[in-house]
Amino acid sequence: MPDLAGFFLTYQSLFAFIGLNGLLALSVYCTLCCGQLSLANAGFMAIGAYAGALLTQNAHAPYPLALLAGALLPALIAVPLGLPVLRLRGVFLAIATIGFGEVVRLGFVNWSYTNGALGLVAIPQKTQPWMIWVALAVVMFALARLRGSRAGYALEAIREDEAAARSMGIPSTRYKLSMFVAGAAVAGFAGALEAHLTYMVAPNGYGFSRAVDMLVYAVVGGDTVFYGPVVGAAFLTVLPEALRGGARALGLSPGPLRMFLNGAILLAVILFLPNGIVSLPRTLRALRLRKASRAALG
Amino acid sequence: MLLSVEELERSFGGVRALDGAAVQVAKGEVHGLIGPNGAGKTTLLNVVSGLFRPTRGRIVLGGERIDGLPPHRIAALGITRTYQNIRLFPGLTALENVMVGAHLVRPGDTLRRMLFLPSARADEAKAREAALQLLSRVGLRERAHHRVSGLSYGDQRRVEIARALASSPRLVLLDEPTAGMNAAEVQAVATVIRQVASTGQSVVLVEHNVQLVMQVCDRITVLNFGKVITHGEPRHVSSHPEVIAAYLGSEA
Repeated sequence: MPDLAGFFLTYQSLFAFIGLNGLLALSVYCTLCCGQLSLANAGFMAIGAYAGALLTQNAHAPYPLALLAGALLPALIAVPLGLPVLRLRGVFLAIATIGFGEVVRLGFVNWSYTNGALGLVAIPQKTQPWMIWVALAVVMFALARLRGSRAGYALEAIREDEAAARSMGIPSTRYKLSMFVAGAAVAGFAGALEAHLTYMVAPNGYGFSRAVDMLVYAVVGGDTVFYGPVVGAAFLTVLPEALRGGARALGLSPGPLRMFLNGAILLAVILFLPNGIVSLPRTLRALRLRKASRAALG
Repeated sequence: MLLSVEELERSFGGVRALDGAAVQVAKGEVHGLIGPNGAGKTTLLNVVSGLFRPTRGRIVLGGERIDGLPPHRIAALGITRTYQNIRLFPGLTALENVMVGAHLVRPGDTLRRMLFLPSARADEAKAREAALQLLSRVGLRERAHHRVSGLSYGDQRRVEIARALASSPRLVLLDEPTAGMNAAEVQAVATVIRQVASTGQSVVLVEHNVQLVMQVCDRITVLNFGKVITHGEPRHVSSHPEVIAAYLGSEA
């Protein structure tokens, strides 16, 4: 099928970014699934990206080693960071982790070894889109199997009511920290993958807006099941491209209108599907049932 | 004595919710904790289960001091509880709630599940079967797959009891387990409590339904203003003049 092959070739980079954003959304899901609103993952991603890029560029390390370091270094940093900040709840944790992200970003901006605000360029391109998809599949598999395990139940319990979970003998701090570290590793790994895909890393690519983007993917897709964040990432990555094509087909210039529509659709999803896109079938079923029962009652 | 609480004191600002309270619970005993509103009954449960640290005093479980330990450590040593204001996991089903309660007795299986080892599947099936059996014991087998947020008040309390029993604790603290239940449901809970005690587990029961307390408790401790007024067998306690005064008020 030459058509399909052509399609994949044309949109290769789009598919790569869907995969990357999916990974980033899952890194946020790691903390969301036990009720922790952390915005630290853009910072972890930056650390992973720089670690990986520096290893290949300056130390000529083999690519797999660079990827491994990109996951491990942020995970190591997540332990001493998580121990104090995971004592905070809700919005306070979010604020503290935003602070961490800014510290990381400003650190790289002021670090002459990594060219400050300009960042690193001409990183050897070693990431193939299929690698991203394999990584995404592995993370999704792990999260899928976590569901229903003893740890999976413990995480859900912590999300629902942490104090009650503790009185069932669940060491909540240990679980929250583990997922914080896992999220950091996934974000860092995605950062290292991205650095070797786009040839460059610069501190401003890992700022506050990146952190919020990841969170929005997860929330829009649905943060109660492991595949929700991936659906959200795919939807929000494709949407601007689809709108660009749509506007062109209508003979409009795809400029500000596209961003407006993008925002409007996002708002609609949040308003009408508070449990994310993956709850759409359930919401429709409930609507149909309600209509049917109303008809039956006359 | 399985549980021995001595000279327990807990203050909130200037209020002494517990002022030298002492309770002894034997193995296999159902121990009632009664007293007027604000007597410190729930505070006592909160301190024993580790939710609050005591200001002073000792709590000893099976020869081991547990006062000041975090709640999950106390649960691991064998004390679980229910809450006066029901604290189930609302988004989970009744069965899932009880499965969470089995955390301490279910072996860790994350890695084994990733590798699809048959032992992980067997462990999960066993945990599920045990949870279903507990739900039958409290009469909720047919509601196992309902979300608890949609269950009635009485049913929610029974799920909470099943959840507290799921780790086979040495001691269960029940905080007003029959509030909001009808007479038949209360009797069902009474039966469950007696069953639990007959297997050698101990129960501390905080309850306003005096009739139930007199019916199921082996011994009773009466609290007022954080202090013990009296303790002993139901017959002894119900005729104690200070208890009558505390409940009905005394002529000045």
